[in-house]
Amino acid sequence: MSKMHLKLTVNGKAEELMVEPRELLIHVLREKLNITGPHIGCETSHCGACTVDMNGKSVKSCTVFAAQANGADVTTIEGLSPHGEMNVLQNAFREHHGLQCGFCTPGMITRAHRLLQENPTPTEEEVRFGMAGNLCRCTGYQNIVKSVLAAASELNAAKEAAE
Amino acid sequence: MIPSAFEYHRPADVKSAVGILHEQGDEARVLAGGHSLIPMMKLRMAAVTHLVDLQDIAELKIIKVAGGKVTIGAMVTQHSLINDPGLAAAAPLLREAALQIADPQVRYCGTIGGNVANGDPANDMPGLMQCLDATLTLAGPDGTRDVKARDFYEAAYVTACEDDEILVSVSFDAPKGGYAYEKQKRKIGDYATAACAALIEMDGGKCRAASISMTNLSDTPIWSKAAGAALVGTACGAENIANAVAAALADIDPTEDNRGPVAFKMHVAGIVIKRAITRAIACA
Repeated sequence: MSKMHLKLTVNGKAEELMVEPRELLIHVLREKLNITGPHIGCETSHCGACTVDMNGKSVKSCTVFAAQANGADVTTIEGLSPHGEMNVLQNAFREHHGLQCGFCTPGMITRAHRLLQENPTPTEEEVRFGMAGNLCRCTGYQNIVKSVLAAASELNAAKEAAE
Repeated sequence: MIPSAFEYHRPADVKSAVGILHEQGDEARVLAGGHSLIPMMKLRMAAVTHLVDLQDIAELKIIKVAGGKVTIGAMVTQHSLINDPGLAAAAPLLREAALQIADPQVRYCGTIGGNVANGDPANDMPGLMQCLDATLTLAGPDGTRDVKARDFYEAAYVTACEDDEILVSVSFDAPKGGYAYEKQKRKIGDYATAACAALIEMDGGKCRAASISMTNLSDTPIWSKAAGAALVGTACGAENIANAVAAALADIDPTEDNRGPVAFKMHVAGIVIKRAITRAIACA
């Protein structure tokens, strides 16, 4: 089967490469573009470790063909802190022990980023519901929820201060 | 896990998509959100030589609520469905159920059409479409045709949709009265152990109309005519509800799997059906 010409934007940078349509987005990101923030966990769309932002939606990149992402705008965990400094969510996860082994963390933070874009003032229940597609085997989720809520407060305080 | 190789197509309209299906026969499959098909392709349980991605077809993404009639394009995602205020007002049952499907990432991708047309008895939308008495519109090489959701499902993964047809939209009259979707699942993202949709209209203390359907309790969704009939004309007291639950249970045929043995599923089904009916009556 023939390869296809894939054009997409990843973390603000235009990328062009040849792929087989059957290649998965996570493989293209990790193996062709060396963007290894999103992880391969279950590879069956359950765990959420491969979560990236695609056209403003959180998606599990193990369950998206590269071909489907043709023309898409993709943001990974790398794109959330483009200058190498920790962003508010990342700092909140460190501050509140929102991770232990760290394997799920890129997916968690990428998902939490989109959740807070859509709902800047979530309740604890809304955070739990909105993060339900990401599994963590270390923390028991308590501190992840705490981290996301803390980041939301900080982002809202910063927004208010700016107004 | 990498699926076997395929040719990728991304047509811009329904006519072109149907053309590819017609030309390639059963070697072609349409791709909607992909969260049922892609895992099956990765496991090599689905062999697809031509994959027809429907994401660019704008006409499949419409949501129309007008004059008491609801039409939803097949490529409307669960996420869009949940966040559409017109739809939430016209058919709150659908929104309540969509919120219980899979997880947020899957709901961004998963579509109502994929859920309806895949023919997986574990999917939630087929039972809902039967509860709502929806009409499914299919496009094929000779134009479109309508099939009632209650006539669409023949067996697991076997539906009235031909190999060269595409589900274009679902439509139904905006339901009146009380509603509920009760779903018991082992964890977020799992399919239902048992689920039940109920729509109930009350008039002067008596039930005027009732529609009860069930998910993942047979090899197709089950709309129980007898369960509805057990409620119509009654005051929907405890005894009437028990009769309706018994009638619904008589219509299902669950099989043993990793969600439990048959006796357990019948037990869980009895509980979710009773809860759905009771809650629908309470808000009727």
